Amino acid sequence: MSPTETPLPVEVVPDAALLTVRGLRKSFGDHEVLKSIDLDVRRGEVVTLIGPSGSGKTTVLRCLNGLEVPDAGVAEFAGQLTVDFSTPMAKKQVYGLRDRSAMVFQHYNLFPHKTVLENVIEGPVQVQKRPKAEAVQEARDLLARVGLAGKESSYPFELSGGQQQRVGIVRALALRPQLLLFDEPTSALDPELVGEVLAVIKELAEEGWTMVVVTHELAFARQVADEVIFMDGGVVVERGHPDTVLRNPREERTRQFVDRLLNPF
Amino acid sequence: MNINWELVWSSLGPLLTGAIAGTIPLALASFSLGLLLALLVALMRLSRNRVVSAVARIYISVIRGTPLLVQLFVIFYGLPSVGITISPWPSAIIAFSLNVGGYAAEVIRAAILSVPKGQWEAGHTIGMSRRQTLVRIILPQAARVSVPPLSNTFISLVKDTSLASLILVTELFRQAQQVAAFSQEFMLLYLEAAVIYWIICLVLASGQSALEKRLDRYVAH
Repeated sequence: MSPTETPLPVEVVPDAALLTVRGLRKSFGDHEVLKSIDLDVRRGEVVTLIGPSGSGKTTVLRCLNGLEVPDAGVAEFAGQLTVDFSTPMAKKQVYGLRDRSAMVFQHYNLFPHKTVLENVIEGPVQVQKRPKAEAVQEARDLLARVGLAGKESSYPFELSGGQQQRVGIVRALALRPQLLLFDEPTSALDPELVGEVLAVIKELAEEGWTMVVVTHELAFARQVADEVIFMDGGVVVERGHPDTVLRNPREERTRQFVDRLLNPF
Repeated sequence: MNINWELVWSSLGPLLTGAIAGTIPLALASFSLGLLLALLVALMRLSRNRVVSAVARIYISVIRGTPLLVQLFVIFYGLPSVGITISPWPSAIIAFSLNVGGYAAEVIRAAILSVPKGQWEAGHTIGMSRRQTLVRIILPQAARVSVPPLSNTFISLVKDTSLASLILVTELFRQAQQVAAFSQEFMLLYLEAAVIYWIICLVLASGQSALEKRLDRYVAH
């Protein structure tokens, strides 16, 4: 996969802000899951969210894709769209967020009744109304590039977890989003299959895709991320360059978390 | 007991006519209409609108809480007293469709709820509206789940259509009654009718397994 082949959805202007989030809050019942989260994602940048389960990192991702509607906060997308979540209009505006981003799920969430190819072209053809022939061609190219040539007519249950997740990634790419969101993309995989999925994500990062990745794979974060954000209890505890956050954190909580992941016993 | 084979043979004509021109079309028409109604009621029941969902709940409760025979009689013998007269066939189809609508609505609702939430989210993340996700993603998967319970409903319906004989619909059981009354061979004719019902249901059951096999790919493994 060479970088020049990638159909980047927008012209890449390095360092230009793609997504700016301020004061994101979300409660489920009495439980405040996000307590004022700020986030800046520049074009071509990889931001990884790490933290213990229940820290709110997945909720941040789901808010960015409109799968959850936050209670408060403002999200601004590259000057094209500003959503103020504290207004009633936000419920409609989240569709705008959804149009600009695409999610890769922990459990893949492929459509079991559709073939691999149908899974990939569903969004481009049914939602974006692109010509089917063009969508099919693009889907075939994308599938070939993640090593799934020849699997177009397979059904998801016929594939390994790693293959299914690569289909999940291609399904997201086919939407030509400006932002890719990965929700623990390798957490449901058998250990020997983690590498093939991370390799694909790493290549996408190198090609210049902008992405926010929730992950427990610290080695991956260290290699690929431009920024690592450590969350705990619904707040950002520490953020910065991976070498700092993962190797030499300022905060004690970050140090404990990283130590636990690196030395589980 | 001596079996009057000649009568078995000569009654086969009227009984099969009753099945082919009465029981089977009555069951097919009522099931098709009933399923459409059931889908609508299931969606109403799942609606976030409390009034809509309450209407569906009351309908289901009434249908399931009253005997089918009473429903049939209310429509055919009861409605004329308020000025609505419906002839036997439409009365039967209305009663059976309403009945299937109530029972199958709960089956379809449960089948829709059995599709994992992640499938809704996957639909949304590729930009689909709720309706698009329902039609293209959720219902095909719910269909597979609901085949066995809906087959049950259909098979019950085939047998329940015999109640239509009580509102003068010429179907399998009514034909059997008439031949029996004429020949006084009650045991023979009612057993013959039973065998024909049984054969129809055997065919349906094998259709069910074929359909299940065909739709197998529609569910997550």
